[in-house]
Amino acid sequence: MTTNAYAQLALYLALLGLLAWPLGRYLADVMAGRSRVVTGPLGAVERCGYRLAGVDPAHEMDWKRYALALLLFNLLGALFVYALQRLQGWLPLNPQGFGAVSPDSAFNTAISFVANTNWQGYAGESTMSHLTQMLALAVQNFLSAATGIAVVFALIRGLARHGAATVGNFWVDLTRATLYVLLPLSLLLAVVLVGQGVVQNFQADRQAQTVTTVQYQRPLLDAAGNPVRDAAGQPRTETVTTRAQTLPQGPVASQEAIKMLGTNGGGFFNANSAHPYENPTPLSNLLQMLAILLIPAALCFAFGREVGDIRQGWAVLAAMTLLFVVFALAAIWAEQQGNPGWRALGVDQAAGAWQAGGNMEGKETRFGIVASALFATVTTAASCGAVNAMHDSFTALGGLVPMWLMQLGEVVFGGVGSGLYGMLVFALLAVFIAGLMIGRTPEYLGKKIEAFDMKMVALVILATPTLVLAGTALALLVEPGRAGILNPGGHGFSEVLYALSSAANNNGSAFAGLSANTPFYNVLLGLAMWFGRFAVIVPVLAIAGSLAAKPRLAVTAGTLPTHGPLFVLLLIGAVVLVGALTYVPALALGPVAEHLALWAR
Amino acid sequence: MKLIRPALVLFAALTLVTGVAYPLAVTVVGQALFPAQADGSLIVRDGELVGSRLIGQSFTDPRYFWGRPSATGPMPYNGGASGGSNLGPANPALKQAVEDRIAALRAADPGNARPVPVELVTASGSGLDPHISPAAAQWQADRVARLRGLSPARVRALIAAHTEGRQWGWLGEPRVNVLALNLALDAAR
Repeated sequence: MTTNAYAQLALYLALLGLLAWPLGRYLADVMAGRSRVVTGPLGAVERCGYRLAGVDPAHEMDWKRYALALLLFNLLGALFVYALQRLQGWLPLNPQGFGAVSPDSAFNTAISFVANTNWQGYAGESTMSHLTQMLALAVQNFLSAATGIAVVFALIRGLARHGAATVGNFWVDLTRATLYVLLPLSLLLAVVLVGQGVVQNFQADRQAQTVTTVQYQRPLLDAAGNPVRDAAGQPRTETVTTRAQTLPQGPVASQEAIKMLGTNGGGFFNANSAHPYENPTPLSNLLQMLAILLIPAALCFAFGREVGDIRQGWAVLAAMTLLFVVFALAAIWAEQQGNPGWRALGVDQAAGAWQAGGNMEGKETRFGIVASALFATVTTAASCGAVNAMHDSFTALGGLVPMWLMQLGEVVFGGVGSGLYGMLVFALLAVFIAGLMIGRTPEYLGKKIEAFDMKMVALVILATPTLVLAGTALALLVEPGRAGILNPGGHGFSEVLYALSSAANNNGSAFAGLSANTPFYNVLLGLAMWFGRFAVIVPVLAIAGSLAAKPRLAVTAGTLPTHGPLFVLLLIGAVVLVGALTYVPALALGPVAEHLALWAR
Repeated sequence: MKLIRPALVLFAALTLVTGVAYPLAVTVVGQALFPAQADGSLIVRDGELVGSRLIGQSFTDPRYFWGRPSATGPMPYNGGASGGSNLGPANPALKQAVEDRIAALRAADPGNARPVPVELVTASGSGLDPHISPAAAQWQADRVARLRGLSPARVRALIAAHTEGRQWGWLGEPRVNVLALNLALDAAR
């Protein structure tokens, strides 16, 4: 570990805290309708929209109606994204002339973007028209994040209110989160990113003439477009010499900003944030990492404010930060160790003033080890899934970190909204376990936690592991599932486990060696993403409705305080315990076995 | 149903705002403030577009500095198909690739027995990495100087002139832009 590693981590956390504090206050005020932004001239535009839509913003919904509105809206979004992909060949803003996306890939991508996952089976630069990127994908980047914010505020209201029948108005929450939070932040970040070198235009790709020629082998095709084979049945190739290089263009920066702020993660290009046109400098990298965790961290403060006790927000944030630091240091350490197999080959992997050293396969020079490993931790702590280095090429333990962070349910900061509502569910579990230990009825923020609430908590906590483990088992049992694996041995198993963990937890990053753009994986992962998202959201809203109706109990000497260090430890314990009990056997078969094999040689 | 109309109207309105107005606004502001960056940081030499400062190019001629190995297909540094190798750390194919790259580097510079900087034998994440570390540039300096008939000091000075430190002294890693360095080499004749 270099000094610079600690410096970059410390700088990141300090800036995150500094930015999240004021944003938390703003978020709370905007979502409650108290902010001057809402009551001012911009609010007139918002109210005009409600009139058009026939929405009475003062009319609140009970949890069932809230959930129904949310599901309906997201279903509509999925249908629209699917349709646009299938029709893009006939629509404008398609300078590369891309045809329709295949039905299974379009199904997968539609769910993926609606569910805030942004798993990408396709390669952006060779599949999606500019119109599809903007009107379908970028729009869902906003709306799926706004959906997350809406859900967490419904839950916060459930905790803050007593004897109430309603948890808010979904249309109002959705609109405010989009217009007042995501949109201005994205505008600002996008323009700064352009300044760093992220492209932003509506041109077709440019063709450059490179300095020297490049030679490569191209398969020979006959007149019908089929490969020509030699006598032995091998496809014949021809040597091509070229100086042409494609320089891809498009509205990248605008999509990049919301991709991070909404913890979406779907890149404009295949290489995602490793691509120099998406993430050109170390500064753009820092800003992207900050953007990922900014709203999730700010929501902790907004939560504390709305329940009338800011210490409650600090406690949740402290638990998240402690877990985050441990995971980040583990990832940086593992990657800096390098690859033991290369030592005998005369490769210099030592970190020094003039090189990053370590395991540089799949990593960019400008980011080196620290900014790559830190990014991997940030993106999987959140439900972002953007990558600036190829996780598939991480060392065994370095790859275990992002995988386990996702499997913990992405509650270490987590996705926009989904991180905090996931963590609050774990808080309910923590007080429940503590209540069992001391023999008292569990309470959280003065709300008695009863059988119905715990049933919903259990649903939330069991839904994603079921999808991950059953899905992985299924994929490994059938031929189309095994056919996608690239790497041999334990690492191949890790590729499948990672894919299901990523999909069901709505992350979207990948051990990208897995060939997942097949009908089998597109359907399996599409279903995992849909249920991983909405089979969690509906029980969370049920908890919100149930808690809102309850009276608030007075604090007594027997009440377990939920703002101190003891509770922070309890909360971390609940998260780690569930994550470890569920996933250690699977992880032992994948990254752990691989690590032992790699270092035993 | 009373939920259908709000769903349709708000979806349409928010789609227009976030999917049309927002990217247009970013394009207008971005192009006005940072026109060169917004169009891809292009490099034009003698009226010809030779590449971008941000997108690396393949160099296999020993008279030039070589960049990171690139795993894009069908040719290296294919700007139309970015991506990494995705080979796992224990994959024999990765070890073979590293061995092949070491052999090629040694063949181009038989007198150089120093250990090879790791970046010169590992594929980047994007396959388009425009940079190498200063260590990787220094490792190649004597070869380039010898084959071009330039003094090693001159080549090292060029490397130094094209080395960027950590941003703000803190962020990322020090690096050398390979395309810019090679263009400067050509101009130094």
